[in-house]
Amino acid sequence: MEFIKHQIEKIKPNFEKGGKWEKHYYSFEALETFLFAPATTNGIKGAQIRDAIDLKRLMMTVIISMVPCLLFGMWNVGHQHFLAVGQAASFMDKFWIGVVQVMPIVVVSYGVGLGIEFVFATFRRHPVNEGFLVTGMLIPLVMPPDVPLWQVGLATAFAVIIGKEAFGGTGMNVMNVALTARAFLYFAYPTDISGSVWTYIGEAKTVAGYSGATPLSLAADAATSGTNVVTSLNSFGAGWNEGVFSFWNMFMGIMPGCIGETSTLMCLVGAFILVATGTGSWKVIVSVFGGAYAMGLLLNLIGGNAFVEMPAHYHLVIGGLAFGAVFMATDPVTASQTETGKWIYGALIGIFTVMIRVFNPAYPEGIMLAILLMNVFAPLIDYFVVSANKKRRLQRATV
Amino acid sequence: MSTATAEVEVVEKKAEPLFSKKNKKLISNPLDIDNPITVQVLGVCSALAVTTQMKPAFVMSVGLMVVTASSNVVISMMRNSIPSRIRIIVQLAIVSLWVILVDQVLKAYVYDVSKQLSVFVGLIITNCIVMGRLEAFAMGNKPWPSFLDGIGNGLGYGLILMAVAFVRELFGGGSLFGFKVFEAMGLHYQGNGLLLLPAGACIIVGIIIWIQRTLNGFRESH
Repeated sequence: MEFIKHQIEKIKPNFEKGGKWEKHYYSFEALETFLFAPATTNGIKGAQIRDAIDLKRLMMTVIISMVPCLLFGMWNVGHQHFLAVGQAASFMDKFWIGVVQVMPIVVVSYGVGLGIEFVFATFRRHPVNEGFLVTGMLIPLVMPPDVPLWQVGLATAFAVIIGKEAFGGTGMNVMNVALTARAFLYFAYPTDISGSVWTYIGEAKTVAGYSGATPLSLAADAATSGTNVVTSLNSFGAGWNEGVFSFWNMFMGIMPGCIGETSTLMCLVGAFILVATGTGSWKVIVSVFGGAYAMGLLLNLIGGNAFVEMPAHYHLVIGGLAFGAVFMATDPVTASQTETGKWIYGALIGIFTVMIRVFNPAYPEGIMLAILLMNVFAPLIDYFVVSANKKRRLQRATV
Repeated sequence: MSTATAEVEVVEKKAEPLFSKKNKKLISNPLDIDNPITVQVLGVCSALAVTTQMKPAFVMSVGLMVVTASSNVVISMMRNSIPSRIRIIVQLAIVSLWVILVDQVLKAYVYDVSKQLSVFVGLIITNCIVMGRLEAFAMGNKPWPSFLDGIGNGLGYGLILMAVAFVRELFGGGSLFGFKVFEAMGLHYQGNGLLLLPAGACIIVGIIIWIQRTLNGFRESH
């Protein structure tokens, strides 16, 4: 470490004002402060509030909270692969397949995204922001395991340029950047991100009776055929993957799906880290789950088809609801800022998710669109919360 | 983009005494600093609707140019005898006359494109560019400058339409004017479905505005 620090100190004059690489100063500065604590801190005299937290530490906390999802996702990719091709494999074999599948997606996402960030920072002459550290990790976690890498790169580029830089960079985006990337793929290349793409098969042949159906597609089918959703979920996978869609299994996340979002349990572990460190808002997480559950119960009361009558707690474990609630909806930039607003914002996400799932056959999963929709409405919610507060206080005022 | 700029040069080359410096500006301003779509933000609806392919976009541009120029001339000739209280309805009558003419010509000669454009030819009548030019220019200027102004705005509209349609057809469907570009080069191209949706067109128009403002050094005035 001392050696690297020494080397950096040696080349530093080249990047400072008047140096020969002056225009690349911000790229250099980003790298330097990433490796070492910045030298430009306040002196020990005075009465400043001193805290180790800055944007970089904040972003690293979020990344740490995503690690359980990532590791579990890697193992699960391999586990589902071997189940689908009908082979027995050791834990390490499964994990290794997952690493080989997932790491390139992570590398592409970070490479493309950070490259664009550095270019914009150099042209606009501002420091490189840390916002992409989290986005770059979120994007791979919401991709199918064998998504083509060029699509990941294209989606990341689109999300960073149109979703973020066009609005002014980190902290100025209206919509969640990682979800913008996924929405881009969803509308641009629908065949690669829907249907039976959720298990990595590779060159191997699948077992007899294999089907790439997801709990959501089974539930949608059940709605048209009129069979009970729970029965059809429980009987799915007979012969090659017994009980894959039982409630407990879906809670654990041992089922096909996007790399990081299958496991509700791991998302809850992440949520615990976020809430314990004060990084994410527990109000948003709780209200998304609560909104979805309440909407599920309401639909159960109304009745109609089999999907509508699916027990409400199933809504919480199928699809990406948990991942979206914990990591996407809590994004401090795009969520509501007021405390009351957070409750409304989260609850509406949950309600809309279930509504899109149940009533719109074109969109099997609703959490992505629900969060993006509420991202747009978050400032409006804040506006009404603030003006309601003003009105209340004005009534009390005695002038 | 290149095709449309080429057209402009043709117009400017024919410089006769009639094309004074001021008159030339009537043609060149709408192409850049006073573009009907990217600067005045008019006629966006049709720019999103008819630009999935270049051919309908081209026909639409020509149609709009003819309507704008012709109604500009007619209104400009009548401008001193129109009572100002009923001027909008008079303008509408003139515009609808030209729109019906254009629509009939398209149906007679390029029926398939006319079907593709469907209601959007008829909707030229409500296109804010046409009404905007009549109100803002033809009502106060002589027929010849009005004609140039109509042509200029039609070209400015067409330029953006062709640029948007170029990107959408090439990257959305892998072809240009129906010609499969990537297949001809022996490449497999997977079409980008987002570009074929109206939302994709809106994003492209946004990018064009971004580029144009950067080049012109535009700053938002507060």
